[in-house]
Amino acid sequence: MLKKIVFNLILFSFLNYGKALASEEGMPQLNPEFWISQIFWLTLVFGSLYILLSKFILPKISNNLEARKSQITENIEAAERQRNESDEKLNDYEKKINDAKNEAKNIFNQAREKILRDINNKKEILEKEINEEVNKAEKEILDFKKESPEKINKIAIETSAILIKQIIGAEVNNSNISAIVKDISKKNEGKNYGN
Amino acid sequence: MHQFNVYRIGPEIKVGAIDISFTNASLFMLISSLAILVLLNIGTKKNSLIPSKMQLLAELSYSFVSKMISDTAGSKAKPYFAFIFSLFMFVLFCNMFGMIPYSFTVTSHIIVTFVLAAFIFIGVTIIGFIKHGIGYLKLFVPSGVPMLLLPLIVVIEIISYLSRPVSLSVRLFANMMAGHTMMKVFGGFVISLGIIGGWLPLSFSVALTGLEILVAFLQAYVFAILTCIYLNDALNLHH
Repeated sequence: MLKKIVFNLILFSFLNYGKALASEEGMPQLNPEFWISQIFWLTLVFGSLYILLSKFILPKISNNLEARKSQITENIEAAERQRNESDEKLNDYEKKINDAKNEAKNIFNQAREKILRDINNKKEILEKEINEEVNKAEKEILDFKKESPEKINKIAIETSAILIKQIIGAEVNNSNISAIVKDISKKNEGKNYGN
Repeated sequence: MHQFNVYRIGPEIKVGAIDISFTNASLFMLISSLAILVLLNIGTKKNSLIPSKMQLLAELSYSFVSKMISDTAGSKAKPYFAFIFSLFMFVLFCNMFGMIPYSFTVTSHIIVTFVLAAFIFIGVTIIGFIKHGIGYLKLFVPSGVPMLLLPLIVVIEIISYLSRPVSLSVRLFANMMAGHTMMKVFGGFVISLGIIGGWLPLSFSVALTGLEILVAFLQAYVFAILTCIYLNDALNLHH
């Protein structure tokens, strides 16, 4: 149905077209009456359009386009440069931070070592002193131990001499007393000392 | 066919026996050119880094034509940019002004398109001979053709070369005229079929208007790009 209508329309159009051709005596395009006039005005108008465009307008457009292009490339270059700079600065900064960290570590380690060394030194000295003191004390004790029986004997002799003198009221020969004391002390040696 | 009639506007101007009166065709050539100049002038008045709408229009048309030329004819065609730009804009604006109802389509006249095409043809031929001397005739002798076929090919090449202005001009003229005639015919149907049957041709008319605007642009583009291709033949002898 639609196809038929469209077909009819197209058919009609050609009929009408033919009628139009007939009614207005052909195509006005083929009427040479104004050909020369059209050529003349075309040349004039198109020629002046060409001259005006090429002399005044197109250079302006092209200049502006060039300017924009160069501006954009400049900006891009500047941005690139700044990015590189910032990268460099960032690297610098990181390097500095690393350096500082390392330095801090070094200082810390050195301080620790020094302190440890000091502590060790002092410990050694102290130990030495303590050892010396202990040795001295032991020696003294030993000396004392060695000396003490004799002293005791001596004291015993003296005391017994005095006791005898006071009890009996006569002088007793010291050598006799000492012989007795030695005898007694020999007996009791294991008891009092020498454990 | 009334829309294609050329008539005198104002007094008859005669130089000797030749009639160069100002006609409606001349009027619309003038209007188109002035429109181009005004639009582009507004577009270039204030050259800012971030373009305004008019500036964008001017720059887009500039780069459109510029790209078209560099794509088809290469960098050697740079000196002819202004001519091809003017040609493209002129044909485009004439076509577009023709789309306004009751206006006149300059490019629907064979004499106008033929003068343009003939000028291009002669110009391109002269450029070819200047660039390549007598060697430009090698254009008619394609490489890699058997000797037996060569005479035939050369004749065909010469005929095709000589028919360039005709094909170029008739293409534009016929497209414009056929389109406008079609619209006129469909418009006539709307009246003759009346309120009941007239809707179909009316919708056709609307669709055809869109199509014709496309064709108006396309034909301007084709005209310009064929000019570029002919120029390319003359500048870079490929054969």
